[in-house]
Amino acid sequence: MHRFALALVAAGLAAGAAPAPAAEKLSDGKVKLGVLTDMTGYYADLAGPGSVLAARMAVEDFGGKVLGKPVELVSADHQLKADVASNIARKWIDEGQVDAIVDLVSSSTAGAVMPVAAEKKRITLLSGPGTTAFTGEKCTRYNVHYTYNNWALANGTGREVVKQGGDSWFFLTADYIFGKSLEEDTTKVVKAAGGKVLGAARYPSPGTTDFSSYLLQAQGSGAKIIGLANAGADTVNSIRQAEEFGITPKQSLAGLLVFITDVHSLGLEAAKGMYLTTAFYWDLNDETRKWSRRFFQKHGKMPTMVQAGVYSSVMHYLKAVQAAGTDDADAVMAKMRETPVNDFFAKNARIGPDGLLRHDMYLARVKAPKDSKQPWDYYQIVKTIPAAEAFPSVEAQACPLAKR
Amino acid sequence: MPGRLVTWGWIALLALGLAAPFVVYPVFAMNVLCLALFASAFNLLLGYTGLLSFGHAAFLGASAYTTGWALRSWGLPPELAVLLGTALAAALGLVFGALAIRRSGIYFAMITLGFAQLVYFLVVQLPWTGGEDGLQGIPRGRALGLFPLDDPRTAYWFVYAAFLGGFWLLHRAIHSPFGHVLRAIRENEPRAVSLGYDVARYKLLAFVLSAGVSGLAGGLKALVLQFASLSDVHWHRSGEVVLMTLLGGMGTVLGPSVGALLVVALENYLADTGSWVTVITGAVFVACVVAFRRGIVGEVRALVRRSFTGGKP
Amino acid sequence: MTQALFGQLFLGLINGSFYALLSLGLAVIFGLLDVVNFAHGAQYMMGAFAAWMALTYLGIPYGWALLLAPLAVGLVGMVVERTLLRRLQGLDPLYGLLLTFGLTLIAEGLFHHAYGNSGFAYPVPGWLRGGVNLGFMFLPLYRAWAVGLSLAVCLACWFVIERTKLGAYLRAGTENPRLLQAFGVNVPLMFTLTYGFGAALAAFAGVVAAPVYQVTPLMGSSVIMVVFAVVVIGGMGSIGGAIVTGLGVGLLEGLTRFWYPPASSVVVFVVMALVLLVRPAGLFGRER
Repeated sequence: MHRFALALVAAGLAAGAAPAPAAEKLSDGKVKLGVLTDMTGYYADLAGPGSVLAARMAVEDFGGKVLGKPVELVSADHQLKADVASNIARKWIDEGQVDAIVDLVSSSTAGAVMPVAAEKKRITLLSGPGTTAFTGEKCTRYNVHYTYNNWALANGTGREVVKQGGDSWFFLTADYIFGKSLEEDTTKVVKAAGGKVLGAARYPSPGTTDFSSYLLQAQGSGAKIIGLANAGADTVNSIRQAEEFGITPKQSLAGLLVFITDVHSLGLEAAKGMYLTTAFYWDLNDETRKWSRRFFQKHGKMPTMVQAGVYSSVMHYLKAVQAAGTDDADAVMAKMRETPVNDFFAKNARIGPDGLLRHDMYLARVKAPKDSKQPWDYYQIVKTIPAAEAFPSVEAQACPLAKR
Repeated sequence: MPGRLVTWGWIALLALGLAAPFVVYPVFAMNVLCLALFASAFNLLLGYTGLLSFGHAAFLGASAYTTGWALRSWGLPPELAVLLGTALAAALGLVFGALAIRRSGIYFAMITLGFAQLVYFLVVQLPWTGGEDGLQGIPRGRALGLFPLDDPRTAYWFVYAAFLGGFWLLHRAIHSPFGHVLRAIRENEPRAVSLGYDVARYKLLAFVLSAGVSGLAGGLKALVLQFASLSDVHWHRSGEVVLMTLLGGMGTVLGPSVGALLVVALENYLADTGSWVTVITGAVFVACVVAFRRGIVGEVRALVRRSFTGGKP
Repeated sequence: MTQALFGQLFLGLINGSFYALLSLGLAVIFGLLDVVNFAHGAQYMMGAFAAWMALTYLGIPYGWALLLAPLAVGLVGMVVERTLLRRLQGLDPLYGLLLTFGLTLIAEGLFHHAYGNSGFAYPVPGWLRGGVNLGFMFLPLYRAWAVGLSLAVCLACWFVIERTKLGAYLRAGTENPRLLQAFGVNVPLMFTLTYGFGAALAAFAGVVAAPVYQVTPLMGSSVIMVVFAVVVIGGMGSIGGAIVTGLGVGLLEGLTRFWYPPASSVVVFVVMALVLLVRPAGLFGRER
């Protein structure tokens, strides 16, 4: 309340004394971004501090100011808890004057924050979560799903694995909205390609560290492919334990969402030969290498697609604020949709009316140790999946906003 | 203490409660009220009956989910939804209580903890609770069909009214003959038995009452935050309510509310620091148990009594 | 089919042997000190972390960690008993539970702050890597070792407490500490040592568990809840009862995982309710 009163007084003084035409258009005289992510938990490696760093780099590269006023950046740890995330978002918006919330890794937190933000007309820029429904039946007017979604993963990795002969599947699924969505999307792809799905073991997540009993269920199913509908530390652990129980040479694992940090902690020996779908790889071209090396120097690890997506989304947002001349959410969203994204992360990519950014994706295969020439030389890009094929079309989305 | 002073004190507190949403962030104030009610209900057991339940989150959480479901999927009006949650929590209390009071002391604590874990895992597994995602997007609706609760202050006064109702109920129970029997059980159970009281029934009744009011708190909380989540049924929540009661002063009328205010403020203030909240909560816990067992209100009361009686105990 | 059944039963046996080790320590501490040691889970976690830290920072291998981590955690436990728990003597035993609960929060919070939540893998020592295909199931060597070692320690504890003079003191102290004091036994020292021993036992279980599960700050709290239920089911009366109940609960969980996996996390608590209905004092317990 004090802060609010002070802000009112300050705003009044500013308006009376020195009317700055551009700054008037900014609510509270500044643009404030909040990075809400998992700083210490299972997804901290693939998002977490790296996401905060990426956002900070974007703000610095933009010049630290927009429309002549400073850009502020705050960050918080939602501990992968939906209620914590929604409380922080509420506090940020109601008391902290945050204009946009970035990353939101883990779909359960994104799903909790999106409606809160939309109700109060604040923008969410999703980079971490994958749930397809965020631009489908759960879509909001003020959301951009930026980096990847489960539909794209299923159509990249799932389709390729079936093509290679993996036509019977059993899923090991993280039992929350993200895992279930990934399982559902992949099931559709497998069935459409003529394969069959024998069952699924769903485990509580986050929190499960011992996957052996679920792996035994998968083993008992006799499926050729055990599809890992999970992410981050869960993926790494399930791959390790499958090896310990002698499951892997006989049955194959298909990691549906694999990040470069996962490959790094598994080691190439354990991960070699795996297919994965990614929105970004540091070693694609000169542009990606240049940005990633800068990131590496500050972070000590190469960026994941989530972290690269955070940078790109913050940059795109700030450019839109600049172009719109205001931080009003409707105007900024319109500007973001109007302008294609063109940077190291995506080329000529556009945000649809459903909020999904459609850009090229890459199908990659993890290199064997002998093929890796330098640190972090992990992927061999098998093919580029063009944007139109990589993501669902606007018409295919169950988003009411897309049906106009 | 002179009676008139006490009366004025209560009136001042009431007025303060009424004016709170003009001074502080309403969601924060509502959260404090919910947890203060929760802690007061818990206090009926720990402070007045001498039973330490380590699983009270089960009642708070079960009611939060029920209320949320009734609001979101059945479209019940808020007051009915909250009452439904309360009823469910009381029924759950009846079942758990009937089993748990077969043991006392330390076993009672472990058994209630076990039952709370049962509820926790059920909530994790059941299809309609949303598991890890929780029950999101609960609509607040209109109280009594008239007052839209989407307005934060209206919502606050609704919660405040319900809080006063629950608080009054507990207060009545404590100061009735029923409450005196409970205290007799706390002081000396064998003696209460030999006086001819059906101790088991009194304990069970206290347990059900406590569970029901905890349910009321849980239902209100789901309404306020528009959210029911696993945190509401987690054992951390059960520990938290013990801390609130202990810190504020168990066996005092206002203690649990004071404790709730402090703990919620602490958590709110430290929310961005992540794990330090846990460390500090733990440290406060240890400090309370080792050095400060009467709690804040208990200490103040002792101080006041000493000064009124001229230093004589 | 049989492969899956035996596999799940074996996994249940692993869990069960940890339950047995932990409920054993809990029972020993409770017997003498009248304290329900909520921090038992935290001590288990600290044992695992001590082993991981020793390996990561000092290069101390698994074998030494089995010895050193329990020693370190046991020492911490003794300090806690001397400085904090001792102040609660003569008070309601509930305060002991609350104090150790607070300590658990502190420990979990500190480790969470320092190491995050996602945990670390503790590599299986080289000489225990791999596994054997028994035909009806695949047996990872390390897990077999974990079961064997835990059971051996359980049996050794049982023997010491039930069959030796030291154990006789302990049992006498459980019955009547004052009388024991009169016989010239240093009872306060015995309290300290017993608490330290219980903590060390938990830490030992933690070291054995480290390569099986991830080393995470929350690994203890998930297990301690089950162990409490085990203690309610078995009753805290006897050491043997604690061991048998722990193993039984583990196997029961394994069976449930085979028949109906979603129920495996609740089955313990359902059994607890049933036992309370039939035998409130627990299967092996007596009313105190």
